Amino acid sequence: MKFLSKCYIGLIFFLLYIPIAVLIVFSFNESGSLAEFSGFSFMWYKELFHDEEAFSALRNSLVLAVSSAAIATVLGTFGALGLHRMKRRYIKKPIMTLTNIPMMNPDIVTGVSMMLLFVAVATFLGTRELFGFGTLLIAHVTFNLPYVILSVMPRFQQLDKSLSEAAQDLGCTPSEAFFKVELPEIVPGIVSGLMMSFTLSLDDFVISHFVSSPNFQTLPLYVYNQTAHNVKFSMYALSALIVAVILVILLVVNFAGSAADRKGKKGGRV
Amino acid sequence: MKDLSLRRKEPPPATRKGQAQRNIFQKLAAVPHTVWTVMFIAAPMLFVLYFAFTDAEGNFSFANITNLGQYTNVFILSIAFALIATAVCLVIGYPLAYFMSRQSLRAQKVLMVLIMLPMWCNLLIRTYALMALLDNGGLLNSLLGKLGLEPLPIVGSYFGVILGMVYDFLPYMVLPIFTAMTKLDYRYIEASHDLGCNNLQTMTKVVMPLTLSGVVSGVTMVFVPSISTFYISQKLGAGKIDLVGDTIERLFQNVSTYNVGAAMSLVMMILILISLTIMNKFSDEEGGMVP
Repeated sequence: MKFLSKCYIGLIFFLLYIPIAVLIVFSFNESGSLAEFSGFSFMWYKELFHDEEAFSALRNSLVLAVSSAAIATVLGTFGALGLHRMKRRYIKKPIMTLTNIPMMNPDIVTGVSMMLLFVAVATFLGTRELFGFGTLLIAHVTFNLPYVILSVMPRFQQLDKSLSEAAQDLGCTPSEAFFKVELPEIVPGIVSGLMMSFTLSLDDFVISHFVSSPNFQTLPLYVYNQTAHNVKFSMYALSALIVAVILVILLVVNFAGSAADRKGKKGGRV
Repeated sequence: MKDLSLRRKEPPPATRKGQAQRNIFQKLAAVPHTVWTVMFIAAPMLFVLYFAFTDAEGNFSFANITNLGQYTNVFILSIAFALIATAVCLVIGYPLAYFMSRQSLRAQKVLMVLIMLPMWCNLLIRTYALMALLDNGGLLNSLLGKLGLEPLPIVGSYFGVILGMVYDFLPYMVLPIFTAMTKLDYRYIEASHDLGCNNLQTMTKVVMPLTLSGVVSGVTMVFVPSISTFYISQKLGAGKIDLVGDTIERLFQNVSTYNVGAAMSLVMMILILISLTIMNKFSDEEGGMVP
């Protein structure tokens, strides 16, 4: 059984990674064919590195993802705390329902609805310059919020009240009890909310598609525009680089995490 | 005596003051979030409603809704595809999450990284990668050709589109279920074995109810993007398969069809809200039985 389960995991991950592996291998293919690997070459990478537009799109995407994830995490964490402690269901329920709308709604509807709002505001202000970083930031924070709530809220719900009470019986003030006992329980939720926001923001194409302007392009929008009609191999090079960078980040985060764990355990023993 | 015992129960003044401050802070904590959701979630929805029920001149009209009859087939196809993709993701993803959670902590960490990696990798890229592999001029068909087999026309078929949905969204199913699994206290499973359950009974009576919240999140996160996608159907459907997403995207490219597009978005939104409400109700009831 143990062996079979390992085989199953291996098989699914193998299938999940074949297209990505093929993409990486063929990004080094000199012939621009997807069927046959004819020779090793960096030409697509060279083409990519001479593309000024790609760099500005990357910069835009990172700025947008970091800022929207940070704002959404702060808003969402405090929101989850407030909503969790809120007693009045007739206020809490509508807010929760409203919060979850972008998650339940298809991205395309969220994108379209925000576009209609911004179009209306732009018409009201009589400006045509509204669309750009601002509208993208608002849209990204908005669709990140429910995911932050989704990952933080259960942590608040799972908090054992008696733990905090025990801490206070043992001499902690309520705020100490919060920071020393409750917060460490919640932090994993906050971190996963932050990571998820960052992922979703970097990943988002559909909503951005509706609320961006041609002079502020994110990476997915750039990829979409570049490959709308034909496959461009420099985009495979770009994707391969993205995969590599993400892998390194994830490994570093993981490694740093486990190193800190070990340190913590050692400290505990002393 | 009675008076004394009552007084003893009161917390010391300093603690009470801290508690009060904390309560005020906690009550205000939700305010910025609430303001944001009203401005950027509620208001845009009202604009969808407004556009759906007005004509191009801004007069009230039901014409947009009644005109949607011509898109019935598109709706049916989209719903069917999304349901199949979600079911396949659940059938593949649930055992995967379960087996992953039974590995050593070290292995779990590695697997977690491996499941997050495709999630971080853009959907357009993943879809392109899959298309490149399965396309007529792609690696799979060229290998089949070398073996003397017929090429598989996956791109441009219903199967191709559903495969694309499953491939793109499987990690979104696995991750929440895996999270629920890791939170599951293993002693529940031991207890159920001690109380005479076999593996299957433990699975259906202990593990599944306790991880249902993860399943609900997973299903939501797969079903919603599947039903809304226009990119997967464009690429893996080779432009031959028209889903609701494709239609809405097309309608919003032209100012004159904003109203029909809004009506179509509204109908899709309502369909999804109904199905998710039913699902959430079901999971709430199940959740109620679990301590």
